[in-house]
Amino acid sequence: MVKLVKGTIEDIELTRAYNQQLIALAEEDPRIVDVEADVGNCIFGPEFQKVFPDRYVNLGVCEQSLSSVSAGLSAVGLIPFCHAFAAFASRRMCDQNYISVAYAKNNVKIIASAPGISSGENGGTHHACEDIALVRPIPNIVIMDPADSTAMRWAVRKAAETFGVFYIRAERLNGYRVYEEDSEFELGKANVIRNGNDVTLIAEGSLILNNCLKAAEILGKKGISARVVDIFTIKPIDVDTIIRCARETGAIVTAENHSITGGLGSAVAEVLCDNCCVVPMKRIGIPNRFGEVGQPAELMEIMHMTDKDIAEAALTAIAEKRRNEK
Amino acid sequence: MDELKKFALEIRIETLNMLSKHGFGHVGGSLSIADALAVLYGKHMKYDPKNPKWEGRDYLVLSKGHCGPALYSTLAIKGFFPREELLTINKLGTRLPSHTDKNLTPGIDMTTGALGQGVSCALGMALGLKLQGKKNIVYSIIGDGEAQEGQVWETMLIAPNKGLSNFIVILDNNRQQLDGFTDDISSLGDVCRKAEAFGWFAVDVDGHDLAAIDQAIEECKRSEKPGFINLKTIKGKGWPAKEAVLGNHALRGAAFEGVDEVLADLRRQLEAMQ
Repeated sequence: MVKLVKGTIEDIELTRAYNQQLIALAEEDPRIVDVEADVGNCIFGPEFQKVFPDRYVNLGVCEQSLSSVSAGLSAVGLIPFCHAFAAFASRRMCDQNYISVAYAKNNVKIIASAPGISSGENGGTHHACEDIALVRPIPNIVIMDPADSTAMRWAVRKAAETFGVFYIRAERLNGYRVYEEDSEFELGKANVIRNGNDVTLIAEGSLILNNCLKAAEILGKKGISARVVDIFTIKPIDVDTIIRCARETGAIVTAENHSITGGLGSAVAEVLCDNCCVVPMKRIGIPNRFGEVGQPAELMEIMHMTDKDIAEAALTAIAEKRRNEK
Repeated sequence: MDELKKFALEIRIETLNMLSKHGFGHVGGSLSIADALAVLYGKHMKYDPKNPKWEGRDYLVLSKGHCGPALYSTLAIKGFFPREELLTINKLGTRLPSHTDKNLTPGIDMTTGALGQGVSCALGMALGLKLQGKKNIVYSIIGDGEAQEGQVWETMLIAPNKGLSNFIVILDNNRQQLDGFTDDISSLGDVCRKAEAFGWFAVDVDGHDLAAIDQAIEECKRSEKPGFINLKTIKGKGWPAKEAVLGNHALRGAAFEGVDEVLADLRRQLEAMQ
């Protein structure tokens, strides 16, 4: 069971929480190796290197090799956690992730830092607007976007303990604390973090979950009771919770730090469609456009991903639901 | 050397037999690596056909995965699985798909098929073995067309930097790729000197001279650097009418005409050596 706390901004970056957990796990399991392609410094890699110099592999700037070499490391019994910025961990490594890693059934964990617009000032080349869309069709892959440091630590442990391919997004930002440290999660199980009856806001990742919680407050002032769900694992996706929320609240808004094409919004729509449970639904996320430089907060404004945008989408979905009820 | 010569003949016979009976397959590049496979599995590599996952084994990654038939023949001859199974090549549900798959076939160490990736995986295996203090050797066979992939050159750069003396790359330089002659499309130039410049111990070898291949592998094993063997080979070697001619990359249906005479001749050569 997850235990909820009143949300506050954490004093730790999600990437640091990842790194600390990886070091702790590497103490327990000598098979764990940290594989980097010259952006290790951006995820506190030198901290790992300090403790395990022989198990920290920096290949240089070569993301394609990062993926295939990690597959090779796995094939001789190691557990590689390979890291790149999400834009490169998906777009640049796409075929290698598919063939060398997943099709070949290797035990590789792909850590995708700075997903979506969270790379901010690095601009459009570095914004991973479509990474989930690229990796989601890979059979059996697990995709997670932990919302806070507690969820991140659980995700990293689960990845280390489970044979298979994991794609874990790690925002290089301080998380928005949602879970008590002794929370127990389930793979493929979404977490309802705010109860409500009129609409369900389904979020992925820290940035957007925070916006959803604020949107729920805005809606509350208008007398609307909004449920907020942290999807936690995008694949496998929690079909039961999505269906239950659709039936109980009758309207859904998805919100993601990703293109509205191919990511969480698409995945939720697929679930509703496949289960003949279609309800009024709106998707918030990066629209059909490229990224550009700016602070994440500014980018969310111009891409209509703020708390106000989410609240507005919820009102539209609820209005449609009420029209249908008449 | 006679045993290796017989082994290479057998590999060619089994390869041509399975592909012609199936009616499709990558004949040219399978035949050009038969001699190298005979030397590897006949002399240098440590393996146990009854325990293909034996931890003490040496590894082979056939990065030019489309030439799986030659490797399947090699493995079947050595007893990894029954020879009759070779005739299931590319049939639905087979353990022998056109491109090698470590999860299907006993003795296959890495899944390959997307060119450039296998050798990169092999680098990871050599690195992983070194990190664990193990002495196993990782061999990887790449094609000359494959060597146009950028990822191959990432491997060329990384392996010497990581001091992988347990890693030997064998280039099947048969001068042809799917669309034509490699030199006409994008020549590798003096690839051995390039490998040396990247920090490899590199040798040029006649890829159909068993003793020379043997010596080259021996030298690579002794070197402190990763080893690179530029095998100068003939695509389609062993089927005279198909040797080094355009269009022998993959054969289908009627293109196998004449194979029975070739097989009969190869079998006569083998019997003469018994």
